[in-house]
Amino acid sequence: MIDWSVIVDSIPAFLKGLQTTMLLLVLSCGAGFLMSVPLAVARVSPNPWLSKPVWLFTYVLRGTPLLVQMFMVYYGLAQFEAVRESFVWPFLRDAWFCAWLVFTLNTTAYTTEIFAGALRATPSGELEAARACGLSEAAIYRRILLPSALRRALPQYGNEVVMLMHATAIASTVTLVEITRVARDIYYNHLSPIESFGVVAVIYFVLTFGMAGLFKLAERRFLRHLRPVASGVA
Amino acid sequence: MLLHGYLPAILGGLQSTVSVAGTSLVIACVFGMIGAAAKLSSARTPRVVAETYTTIIRGVPDLVLMLLIFYGGQIAINEVADYYGWGYIDIDPFIAGTMTMGFIYGAFLTETFRGAIMAIPRGQIEAGQAFGLTRCEVLRRITLPQMVRHALPGFTNSWLVMLKASALVSIIGLDDMVHRANLASAATRKPFTFYATIALIYLALTTISILALRWVESRYSHGVRKVEFR
Repeated sequence: MIDWSVIVDSIPAFLKGLQTTMLLLVLSCGAGFLMSVPLAVARVSPNPWLSKPVWLFTYVLRGTPLLVQMFMVYYGLAQFEAVRESFVWPFLRDAWFCAWLVFTLNTTAYTTEIFAGALRATPSGELEAARACGLSEAAIYRRILLPSALRRALPQYGNEVVMLMHATAIASTVTLVEITRVARDIYYNHLSPIESFGVVAVIYFVLTFGMAGLFKLAERRFLRHLRPVASGVA
Repeated sequence: MLLHGYLPAILGGLQSTVSVAGTSLVIACVFGMIGAAAKLSSARTPRVVAETYTTIIRGVPDLVLMLLIFYGGQIAINEVADYYGWGYIDIDPFIAGTMTMGFIYGAFLTETFRGAIMAIPRGQIEAGQAFGLTRCEVLRRITLPQMVRHALPGFTNSWLVMLKASALVSIIGLDDMVHRANLASAATRKPFTFYATIALIYLALTTISILALRWVESRYSHGVRKVEFR
C-alpha cells in the first residue's frame, strides 16, 4: 500500500526543507519577540496615542488571513512603481524576505496581545510595592512588570510558537521550499498523498510535541513558584 | 470602473467564502458534539478515539491536513469504489473542502464543548432526570441552553480561526474569494488592489462576527450575575 522507496528517496529533500522551516521559525519568532515586548508595553499604556495604533495593528493583522497577507506582500507590492524603484526592492522581490516579514508581523500581533494580557494581569500590589520602594518607571518595567508578565505568558506563548511553526506551511505558496512544499512536489511527481502529505504530517506532529515538551520544561523552570505544593505538606 | 470591473466577481467569491466557512462550521459542530460526547463517555474506546483525534489534529498544520485529507480521501474513496466496481467517483471540491475543514475544526470544538458541558453542575442534570425527563429532553432543555453560554468564547475563537483558514481552500481548488482575487490580479496586473480589497472584506467579516457573537453572549448571560471586582 505504502511505497517506502518514495519516502526513502525523499529523505534528503525533507531534511533540506526542515532546515528552511526551522530557520523561518527561529528568525520570525526571534524578531517577533523583540518587537512585541515594547509593543505590549505601548498597548497597555494609558496614553491613547500609544495604545490605539498598536490596537489597530494587532486588530488588522489578527483579523485577516495569513495567506492573504502573504500574497499582498509577495505578489502585491510589486504593483507599485515606487516600491520597485526603491532601495527595499531587492529585499521585497525575495520570497524568503517576504515570508520572514509576514510571519514576523503576524506573530508580533498575536504575541503583543498575549504579553499585553499578561501585563494587565499583574497584581496591583506588586506595582504599588515597587513604587513605594522608589523605583523609576523604567526600572519597574525592567525588574518587576516584564519578568513576571513574561513568565505568566509562557504557556500561551508556547502555544503561539507552535501555531507559528504550523503557519510556516503557508510559505509553500510563495515558492519557498520548506517541508510542506517538499511534500507538495513529491505529491505532484508521484500522486501519492500518504507518502508525501502523510510523511510531512508526521514531521509536524513530532516537531509540535517536541516543542510542547521544551515549553513544559521552560515552564517548570520559570514558573516553579506557581506549582502546586508537593504532597506531604498538607 | 470599480476594481476594474471585477467587483461582482469578488463579491461572488465572498458568497462562496461565506458558504464554505458556514457549512464547515455546521460540520465542525457535529464533529465537536460527537467528540465531546465521546470524551465524556464512561466507555474507554470512544475516549481513546476522541483523544487520538484531537491530538493528531492539533499537532499538524491545517494546510497539511487539508491537503492530506483532500487528496488522500479522494484516492481512498476511489480505491473503495474500484473494489466494488462503481467506476471513478469525482468528488465535489466544495463537499470535500467543507468536510475537511469541519473535521479539522471539529477537534477544536470538541475541547470547547467538553469544557462547556463540564461547566454545568451535575446536580442540574440529575434533577432533570429525577423529574422524569428523558435523556433527550435533558439535553435539549437543560444541557444545551446552558452550554451555549459556556461554549461561546471558545466557539467565537474557533469560528474566527475557521473563517480565516477558509482562505486555504483556494489552494485545493475551490473558487472562493482568494481564488477570484488571484484571477483578477493575473488579468489586471494589480495584485495589491485585489488582495487588499479581500483583506478588508475579511476584516469586515471578523468584525461583524465578533459583534454578533458578543450580542448572543449577552443574551445567553441574562440571568447570570457577573463578579464585580473592587
